[in-house]
Amino acid sequence: MTTVLKRPRAPFRMSRVLTWAILGILAIYALAPLVVFAFNSLKSSREIAVNPMGIPQEWNWSNFADAWSQARMGQALLNSGIIAIFAAAGVALIASMAAYAMTRLELPGKGGWILWLLVSTSLPIQLFLVPLVSWWSFLGLYNERIGLVIIYWAVYSPFATLLIRSFLISLPDEYLEAARIDGAGEIRLFFRIVLPMVWPGVLTAALVAGLQAYNEFMLAVTFIQDRDAQPVALSLYSFQQGFTTDYSMVSAAGLIMALPVIIVFVLAQRKFIEGYASGGLAN
Amino acid sequence: MTSTTLPARRDAPASRPRRRRPRTKQHLIAWAFVAPLLVVNVLVITGPGLASVYYSFTDWNGIGQPNFIGLANYAEMLSSGAVLNAFVHNIVWTIFFLVVPMAMGLVGAFLLSRIRRGQVLFRVLFFIPYVLATVVSAAIWRQILDPRGGIGATLADLGLPFLTDVNFLGNPSLALGSVAFINNWQWWGFLLVIFLAAMQSVDPALYEAARLDGAGPVREFWNITLPSIRPTFVFLSLMTVIWSFLVFDYIYVLTKGGPAGSTDVLSTLLYREAFENQRQGYASAVAMLLSVISAATVIGYFALRRRLKWDV
Repeated sequence: MTTVLKRPRAPFRMSRVLTWAILGILAIYALAPLVVFAFNSLKSSREIAVNPMGIPQEWNWSNFADAWSQARMGQALLNSGIIAIFAAAGVALIASMAAYAMTRLELPGKGGWILWLLVSTSLPIQLFLVPLVSWWSFLGLYNERIGLVIIYWAVYSPFATLLIRSFLISLPDEYLEAARIDGAGEIRLFFRIVLPMVWPGVLTAALVAGLQAYNEFMLAVTFIQDRDAQPVALSLYSFQQGFTTDYSMVSAAGLIMALPVIIVFVLAQRKFIEGYASGGLAN
Repeated sequence: MTSTTLPARRDAPASRPRRRRPRTKQHLIAWAFVAPLLVVNVLVITGPGLASVYYSFTDWNGIGQPNFIGLANYAEMLSSGAVLNAFVHNIVWTIFFLVVPMAMGLVGAFLLSRIRRGQVLFRVLFFIPYVLATVVSAAIWRQILDPRGGIGATLADLGLPFLTDVNFLGNPSLALGSVAFINNWQWWGFLLVIFLAAMQSVDPALYEAARLDGAGPVREFWNITLPSIRPTFVFLSLMTVIWSFLVFDYIYVLTKGGPAGSTDVLSTLLYREAFENQRQGYASAVAMLLSVISAATVIGYFALRRRLKWDV
């Protein structure tokens, strides 16, 4: 080589260094506690007493098996899986049907519906919590997973409806018209044409609702007492209350609860973040 | 999808389907499609919500017949020291969350919007705490803040013994701040991501013009970024106020309102009155107070939007 290629280099800028430094510190702040948690999940309870935050000396993978059985994670994860999936699917269906009616069907009082949805999303759960407990015991839905799922449907649907509605508004009308002229009924039209076209929005709404249902605490602790019906959030909660000193077990159980969520989130992060950041909230 | 940020566009005038079917049948179909939403909403939210209004005027204990006692619950609530104590904690909580996570989210989002490489990665990293359950982040921080084996002991081992034996969650004067700190860890990344989405839709030409005028990053932030994302900023501020008055999970999981009521907020007080003291009527009155606070905040928000015409 005779000539050294000179790449045009950006001038050294203090602001650039500062930007990266602050972002780095924020990233450490976000992640370091999780790393400590992961470390602790591998330590023996003896080691945790002398080395509470550092790298584990020996890696006790058996902690996960012990925590799994001690905190009854199997049954709890199954319950949470059922609750999250049913909540997500139900919310997606309820919300997309309602959003379709509000944007494309002759529903009287359009503006009123939006207002009602907005009010429903901002009403505190505390407002209806107290009477709902006695209603639910009366209806036999107290202590039942399906009872909790129905509450999640009601609580998460308004936001999902607003979210899916923002997708439906931008849908061109011609497709629906053409199908109507072909004589398709509204139900067929909805499942065959509308749902596939707003699928990204429906999926986002379902993911958000599923995540919220999996993580939710206040309603779960109020409506589920029975150990066999407990979602994982509750079993981790009671495990923490009982095993305050054995941090390695609590950490292992906590990681077992958190890992599915972190994995799903990282795989579908774009959808999640769009779902939260989208116009649905206050459209 | 168009990631327009929160207070977004008005309804596009949806061109209506041509009326081919008779009008009443069309209405019927439309009602059938909203029926599931309507049913679960009335059953879970609206119905019990209205029942709460009624119970707030009774001495209901959750099981027996409620007796109408007029405004007695409200009178008791408004003169109760415990309610005042909880209310003050809600105010402190609100101020904390209007300042700390908002500032972190704004600064983080602004810095992130200025880099190209690594933006997606950082955004995911910052958002991870937000997807964790309350019980998980509570478990994480309970260990880190443990007075014997947490951050204090670790710093002492490193020769910095200034946090040794500090009982973050057990000391009444530190507990509320500690719980807020823990909740903030999970919360600020959410604000950052929403602010970032808003900042990304700011017209780049504005920044270029500012740069030609010789503006540095700080001036760009104050003169362009902040005014451009003002609707998002106001929306999140008002949501912060609402959420701060309804906060329950972190406090219940970490301290249950203790020690000695030092972290008690209106929600934990309501919960205790309803499900430990069996005073459902009184708890309903507290629920009314919470609802009025949220409603006033929402109405205030819409009044602002209408008045200042931020509905763009």
